[in-house]
Amino acid sequence: MFMELKPPHNLFVDKIFKIIIITSAFYILILIVYLIIKLFLESGPIWQEIGFSFIINSDWNTIEGRESFGALPYILGTIVTSIIAMIIAVPLSIGIAMFASYMPKESHIILNFIIDLLASIPSIIYGLWGLIVFRPIFVKWFEIPINSTLGEHMWLFSGIPLGLDIITASIVLAIMIIPTIASVSREIMKSVPLQQQEAAFMLGATKWEIFKFAIFPYAKAGLVGASILGLGRAVGETMAITMLIGNATGVFALPKSLFQAGQTMSSILANEFIEASPLSLHISALIGIGLILLLFAICINIIAHVLVVRMLKVREGLINI
Amino acid sequence: MIDQNEYDKQFYQNIKRRLITNKLIQIGVFCSVIIALIPLCSIVFEVFKNGINAISIDFLLDVPGSIGSGQGGIGPAIQGTILLICLTSLIGIPLGLSSGLFLYEFHDNKIAKMIRFFNDVFMEFPTIILGIFAFLVIVLTLGYFTILAGSFALSLIMFPIIARTTEESLKMVPVTYKEAGIALGLQKWVISVRIIMSAAKKGIVNGILLSVARIGGETAPLIMTILGSSQFFHGIDSPVDSLTLRIWRLSLLPYDDAQTSGWGSALVLIFIIIMISIGIRYLFDNNIRKSIKT
Amino acid sequence: MDKYKLIAENITVSYNNIISVKNITMKFKANTVTSLIGPSGCGKTSFLRCLNRMHDMNKNVKVMGKVVIDNTDLYLDNMNPIYHRRKVGMVFQKPNPFPTMSIYDNVTAGLRLNGIKNKKILDGSVENSLKLAYLWDEVKSDLKKPAIELSGGQQQRLCIARALAINPEILLMDEPSSALDPISTQKIEETIMNLKNELTIIIVTHNMQQAIRISDYTAFMYLGKLIEFGETKKLFTAPTDPLTAKYVKGFFG
Repeated sequence: MFMELKPPHNLFVDKIFKIIIITSAFYILILIVYLIIKLFLESGPIWQEIGFSFIINSDWNTIEGRESFGALPYILGTIVTSIIAMIIAVPLSIGIAMFASYMPKESHIILNFIIDLLASIPSIIYGLWGLIVFRPIFVKWFEIPINSTLGEHMWLFSGIPLGLDIITASIVLAIMIIPTIASVSREIMKSVPLQQQEAAFMLGATKWEIFKFAIFPYAKAGLVGASILGLGRAVGETMAITMLIGNATGVFALPKSLFQAGQTMSSILANEFIEASPLSLHISALIGIGLILLLFAICINIIAHVLVVRMLKVREGLINI
Repeated sequence: MIDQNEYDKQFYQNIKRRLITNKLIQIGVFCSVIIALIPLCSIVFEVFKNGINAISIDFLLDVPGSIGSGQGGIGPAIQGTILLICLTSLIGIPLGLSSGLFLYEFHDNKIAKMIRFFNDVFMEFPTIILGIFAFLVIVLTLGYFTILAGSFALSLIMFPIIARTTEESLKMVPVTYKEAGIALGLQKWVISVRIIMSAAKKGIVNGILLSVARIGGETAPLIMTILGSSQFFHGIDSPVDSLTLRIWRLSLLPYDDAQTSGWGSALVLIFIIIMISIGIRYLFDNNIRKSIKT
Repeated sequence: MDKYKLIAENITVSYNNIISVKNITMKFKANTVTSLIGPSGCGKTSFLRCLNRMHDMNKNVKVMGKVVIDNTDLYLDNMNPIYHRRKVGMVFQKPNPFPTMSIYDNVTAGLRLNGIKNKKILDGSVENSLKLAYLWDEVKSDLKKPAIELSGGQQQRLCIARALAINPEILLMDEPSSALDPISTQKIEETIMNLKNELTIIIVTHNMQQAIRISDYTAFMYLGKLIEFGETKKLFTAPTDPLTAKYVKGFFG
């Protein structure tokens, strides 16, 4: 009698279905943990040989027998290029995001199209364009005039302006992160309730004062988050920088002037990883740099994520709309 | 009540400055859009202008000639990019769809929230790290550069994107669809796959195309996984080429011919990506089509 | 002529080419309360929002006609509505205090926008406006509290105080009591009656009893047209238009 009450055959399919989707979701957890452990293990020799001072050393000698490695120039290179890119990209992106509210609704499609198009151009094409089109123009109209007038007095503008340097790479980097920051900022600004803007408008605010009174205070955290998201992109960006930064190594890569060749963590990986022989100290130094880069990216993105998500949650609750 | 005269005086003292500030900001906003448009237009223009000169049947089908000879084409690179996209989709799409389904089915679960968080952070990992990971796991184990390692690295970029876009589009499907399925006594997987996923088809396809466009333009993780080659694909135990790697190699050469070929490859790449990401996406999106018509 | 504070002439409003207010002309006397009534969707709010060019917010809305305040047309091409918007305060249907600001900052937002930084003036204005809005006693000890910590009814009265702080000559109210409890509503109505001595008030309301209680004049709108406009008493007791009669007797709407 009771035998008939056991679950019918087709629930078995349900169970398998459930197992499949759960395993595939856990794949990502396993992957992240395995990735970090793998990078840590494979970079083990460098932490044993050189230890913590790997992070603060600046030498870079790959010749066997005289090897010495330090990641500092590349860490600084990443920080400097990203910061310059942010200084250029954040105001422009927020301007682009604000542009939507100056225009009738139909033009939003055009703005989205532009942002989408900018975002869908591959990094390598930005690099190619930067190298062949942008660099000669920039050297002729910006670097040479500035270098010849200010170069002797200010260390910032000293060096030989060739175009394969920190400032060129940073500007192209800025162009590349604009779509990220602009599109997220736009979402954030769109999430500010219209009633808030109406309140400021009613009090006699100009367009700018509406932004200042109603939109920016409300969207502050989200806009910071959007910018940090862009920073995350900038830190991880590889190809365009590799093609433009000049690829110095060792102490020569310590960023001293804007018009000087540099190197970032990602660009040295792109340049040298394939040349390093497996199991050498060189490759574990590179993997060590990869690990540092990964930790940078994880921290930045967690902060950005928390800020953006919190902001977009605020719109659901808090004031009774 | 405050003194009306005092108030008026203050108002008229300030109004000019306020209006000027407003105007300046407005000019700034318009300028920022124009500044962003300049590189965009320049890139599109240069790629078309320089690329079109390079394009010919031979260029699209031939293997690269010897360096500096100005001959040869990018056949292996196009083949490699298409192979990579297909192979990566084979790994990435099923994985992405099922983990997207997981996030949807268990959306309030604590573990699902954690996985969603990791998924979002993982999406922003520097792609070169994923290349190194694939190198360590596959290339070092097998002992040769292979398209498998490249596809594995690219699938790590692809599936988090698909997972999130799938989840978002599943969430758009009205709950009543699910309830109707339950009321009919259907199995859970039938409800999920046949009813909800097919209702959310458009969004899911969008997500897949987005991720395909993204991996088609990737370079960094391919450097240490497929290495690049000047021959057509001949087995999984040997290096292959891709358009992006080819552009990089060409850009490092000092010859004018190499530059022209580089632009040609860039045009082909942009064509493939725009076809995938923008073209099909906007064609599928009924809302946008409608609003363009009116 | 000059006893009319506000004159709206031939106002037509269209959203995306769909007309929602058709050719309305109304004149509002100074120091009176006028109610706009009508079934929902009849264009009351759209019309009210024309009176201080609120529609400028939305680029898809077109407004035609004239709104004359103190002998100046608000819709002249070379007219910047900022000059006149400070004479017109507005209270919205849903309370919308600035959530990141304190109570004090919310009330003074308008004055600070206009460049008044003198603390004494600001303090005086806060006390005055909050008293007028019947909120002073409840919040006077805690003016630095974030505005979102107030209850819905308190938030709405805060919004009234904020509108009053800019010293307007005209106050537009868009169903201000729809989000309030009966006690707050009663307080608001008292406020309106008191304010009448200094302001011209135009109020959109869904509640006919409220219109009878507080207003001197009432306008009935239907499907974007002005059906009847006259003294409240007359409109409710002896309407000239059969449609108005049906509405005030509660046959539809």
